[in-house]
Amino acid sequence: MARDSDLDVAYVARLARLNLTKAETELFQKQLGDVLKYVEKLRELNVSGVEAAAHGVPIFNVFREDAPRDWFTAEEALSNAPRQTDGLFIVPKVVE
Amino acid sequence: MTAKDLPALGIAELQSLLRQREVSPRELLEALRDRIEIVDREVGAYLSLDFEAADKEAEKANVDLPLGGVPIAIKDIISVAGQPCTCASKILRGYRAPYNATVIGKLRAAGAIPFGKTNLDEFAMGSSTENSGIKLTRNPWELSCVPGGSSGGSAAAVASDTAFGALGTDTGGSIRQPAALTGIVGLKPTYGRVSRFGLVAFASSLDQIGPLTKTVRDAALIMNAIAGHDPQDSTSLDEPVPDYAVALDHDLRGVKLGLPKEYMVEGIDPQVKTAIDAAVKHLNSLGAEIVDVSLPHTEYATAVYYILATAEASANLARFDGVRYGYRTENPKDLLDHYGRTREEGFGPEVKRRIILGTYVLSSGYYDAYYLRAQKVRELIRQDFSKVFEKADALISPTSPVPAFKFGERTADPLQMYLTDIFTCSANLAGICGISVQCGFAEIDEKRLPIGLQLLGKPLDEARILQIAHAFEQSTEWHKACAPIAATLRNA
Repeated sequence: MARDSDLDVAYVARLARLNLTKAETELFQKQLGDVLKYVEKLRELNVSGVEAAAHGVPIFNVFREDAPRDWFTAEEALSNAPRQTDGLFIVPKVVE
Repeated sequence: MTAKDLPALGIAELQSLLRQREVSPRELLEALRDRIEIVDREVGAYLSLDFEAADKEAEKANVDLPLGGVPIAIKDIISVAGQPCTCASKILRGYRAPYNATVIGKLRAAGAIPFGKTNLDEFAMGSSTENSGIKLTRNPWELSCVPGGSSGGSAAAVASDTAFGALGTDTGGSIRQPAALTGIVGLKPTYGRVSRFGLVAFASSLDQIGPLTKTVRDAALIMNAIAGHDPQDSTSLDEPVPDYAVALDHDLRGVKLGLPKEYMVEGIDPQVKTAIDAAVKHLNSLGAEIVDVSLPHTEYATAVYYILATAEASANLARFDGVRYGYRTENPKDLLDHYGRTREEGFGPEVKRRIILGTYVLSSGYYDAYYLRAQKVRELIRQDFSKVFEKADALISPTSPVPAFKFGERTADPLQMYLTDIFTCSANLAGICGISVQCGFAEIDEKRLPIGLQLLGKPLDEARILQIAHAFEQSTEWHKACAPIAATLRNA
């Protein structure tokens, strides 16, 4: 397992599309360093041959009929949009 | 019975009054509204109220339904169509839920009336409700203390007589811990027992919806309404739902209760330990057999929990991008700037911290070391419980290692706050059910603060832990005590 010094908060924040102030970056670097030091204890355990548990109750392959049903109208789907026009969500320009 | 006496009642008591037509659903709502006006200024349990809509529902309420005419408060992370669903975050300011969560449909089908949304730690991330991006909620027992969290608003409302019962959510203890800190009952059902459709996701492999109530019987009544399979939630279990209220009245003879030795260790407040020891003796005197058991991987649960919960949160919260709903930043220079600033301005510090940690443990080069290893240790924790449940019908522990703490006492060090989940988060990792019921008081600075007893049960064995909790509650006086702020009005 990696040491806490591997965490580069500024880099991870870019991956998470989350701007942080310089003060936040420094604070999180320290606080999450402590948390990562704490979780180091998981290294004490031998987990070879143990299957990873995705969740507590094993259920797999849940299917239902692929049947059409009534759901949102376009208007309802757009009802919470901060910016919209002509039935579309507006985003900043992404292609030149 | 006068209007001012109504808010003190539990759901079971209300039902008989409603059915005997001694009080109407509208009068009930009116009494609740008056009480909220007086008390909630100080407690701050509610984020929004919609009595206009509730009144309309009350007018046509069928009081002969299981929860007919009973108003229920809803944690503000569960969607009620047309109402705000802020998740106590600035990023959802102005948002209105366009559809109902399955539990809301089920509550209404049982006759209940959702009338208000309660405060929480932002996106349910926290153990004190101090991470709410909107307001502070105070503990009704001592206003300078936190109500616990993340379902702190729901717990404080029930404990201050401003709700007869409430829904909360529990990802690592968020129903049980605030129930313990406010002296009420809180049940986290088995993973998959209650549909999460319409619940804003925090950690999808851990989240469950459950009731917070004044009595164990009331929790059983709400469970009767909300439990069951839902085709719209692929993780919900297609298993029969027993009548939890009918199952309550069995005595404890022959019941085996496991006492995990790892749960009575250092770090527990001495007054909590004394109360739990006394509760164990009492359960024994009621006929339960106490067996010593071991959950050897207990000390790893908090570490596993904070890796998995933050990893899942970082993925779930990617949807808050300022495009389809919620807060959006002004004048971004491009799309990346739009995302980065929308999320910077919309999320509070704890949510940001968890997104960073979760993104890191999932990132290339670290996934195996953190996320995958944590999932494997999760399996070991799950196996611990499976083995122990061969010897015991249910397990006993404190719900929280400490009673309610002061505002600000644990906020500076996130790790210290995370460790308050030490007795609760294993149940979420293992997918089992758990309940907290009051078992005593701690005296701190001449104030009484409630202590919670936790009972953990086998998967889908809610009926059993409700039965044990009920037997304990009915043979003790703790549930009759009420928070000072409510007591003054009860005796007014």
